[in-house]
Amino acid sequence: MLSISNLGVTFTQYDRGLRRKQLTVITDLDLDVQAGEVVAVVGASGSGKSLLAHALLGILPANAAISGTMTFQGETLTPERCQLLRGKTIALIPQSIGYLDPLMSVGSQVQRVAQLAGCSKTEAKANANRTFSRYDLPEDVGDRYPFQLSGGMARRVLVSTAVVTQAQLVIADEPTPGLHPDVVKETLSHLRALAAEGRGVILITHDIEAALQIADRVAVFYAGTTVEIAAARDFSSNNLRHPYTQALWRSLPQNDFVPVPGNQPSPEQLPPGCLFSDRCPWVSEVCRAERPRLRKVREGWVRCVHAKG
Amino acid sequence: MLKGDNLWFRYGSRQPWVVENRSLAVAPGEVLGLMAPSGYGKTTLGKLLAGYLSPAKGTVTVEGRSLPKRGYCPVQLASQNPELSVNPRWRVHKLLQEGYPPDPAYIEALGIHPGWLSRYPHELSGGELQRIAIARTLNPSTQYLIADEMTAMLDANTQALIWQTILSLVSKQQVGLVVISHDAPLLQKLCDRILML
Repeated sequence: MLSISNLGVTFTQYDRGLRRKQLTVITDLDLDVQAGEVVAVVGASGSGKSLLAHALLGILPANAAISGTMTFQGETLTPERCQLLRGKTIALIPQSIGYLDPLMSVGSQVQRVAQLAGCSKTEAKANANRTFSRYDLPEDVGDRYPFQLSGGMARRVLVSTAVVTQAQLVIADEPTPGLHPDVVKETLSHLRALAAEGRGVILITHDIEAALQIADRVAVFYAGTTVEIAAARDFSSNNLRHPYTQALWRSLPQNDFVPVPGNQPSPEQLPPGCLFSDRCPWVSEVCRAERPRLRKVREGWVRCVHAKG
Repeated sequence: MLKGDNLWFRYGSRQPWVVENRSLAVAPGEVLGLMAPSGYGKTTLGKLLAGYLSPAKGTVTVEGRSLPKRGYCPVQLASQNPELSVNPRWRVHKLLQEGYPPDPAYIEALGIHPGWLSRYPHELSGGELQRIAIARTLNPSTQYLIADEMTAMLDANTQALIWQTILSLVSKQQVGLVVISHDAPLLQKLCDRILML
């Protein structure tokens, strides 16, 4: 349904006066999503997860240039096509209540989304009410403003904004942080249900635990590149291929809670070789010289020369 | 000792009580975990303890005194929404200097890139901005820190790195720490005591 290969995003910024500089924030990003499948995209903040969503929706700022290829339902995704599809065929579940209008009640906002996606006013209203009751939101919540919602309620309202449309591809941008485990489970099961209806779901999250509960496959991003695409079961069965994915898994509180020191390189100072080379326990000369290519290892994809089949 | 005694709070005189007769205390150097379902007023309780809101009934005291009305508050709050705790029209370097110039070692430990300093808050991702907000609270005058879902938006590796830094501050400066979170394994790893609301 969706296939992205070697996506790159470069921002042109004014440095001093009229001098311009290029800032490459995404290099060699790969991802594919089938209908009926949940693909989780995990990675640290600044790894390019949200930018990927923005690229798919055609809402990157004007100073951004895209390279590589994106195809959706067999056709190339151009910025113009993104604009036509977004909110109808491709829908976003946004990250925070900051994306809602603070001066409009949440009920009318959800209704408006349905109307913009093609429902008549009465249909939209019924649709919004039905979605609210599906997510256990009491009737009076529709009359509240975003700031009057608790964190959990706000999240359910945000999920509602995508569910009222007939979108084929749903992108959920960080739908779970700060929610009670029961609500997380519920939100995730709703995403799973969307996939069961035949839609493709991209779950963007930094929460591996949440991702593994519902995802079929997990793509791991690091500093704007895809380092690994693994099956969800590879995590607990110790079948991970990339050292960064292994480190992420070990640093969970329920595992060792031991982090790898250091930080993701900033886009201003990307190393010429492998982007993880400065923190990697396996690093060698080859890694520092050249960016590794994405290759197939043990039924998954990895961007590391040391991963063994 | 940071103490909240019989705290009551609601957002309007006709609204239901969000915080109803809650009491809690945390000692210097102690790590207390708070856990409850969504909508139980954990965030509101955190705001009451840090002086962002005033309780309708009850008192908040630090070493027996009420919170100061002016100057640096010894109880600091790192909230779930860092974008709401910073001035959107200030650049990051000014935000960091607002209370106290942070120790470069903390800047390093939190993984704050020099490149972020000249940006505005909206030009950083949620997780990046959260690290700025955390750096703002790591001040020698901070005696108590309320961490409200502070690392919920960070990846596991960054989360573990940040808690390492915070726990070293707790033991070095004997900061009393209240951790509000839904993440049971995280609370079990961090806390001396966990309170279920």
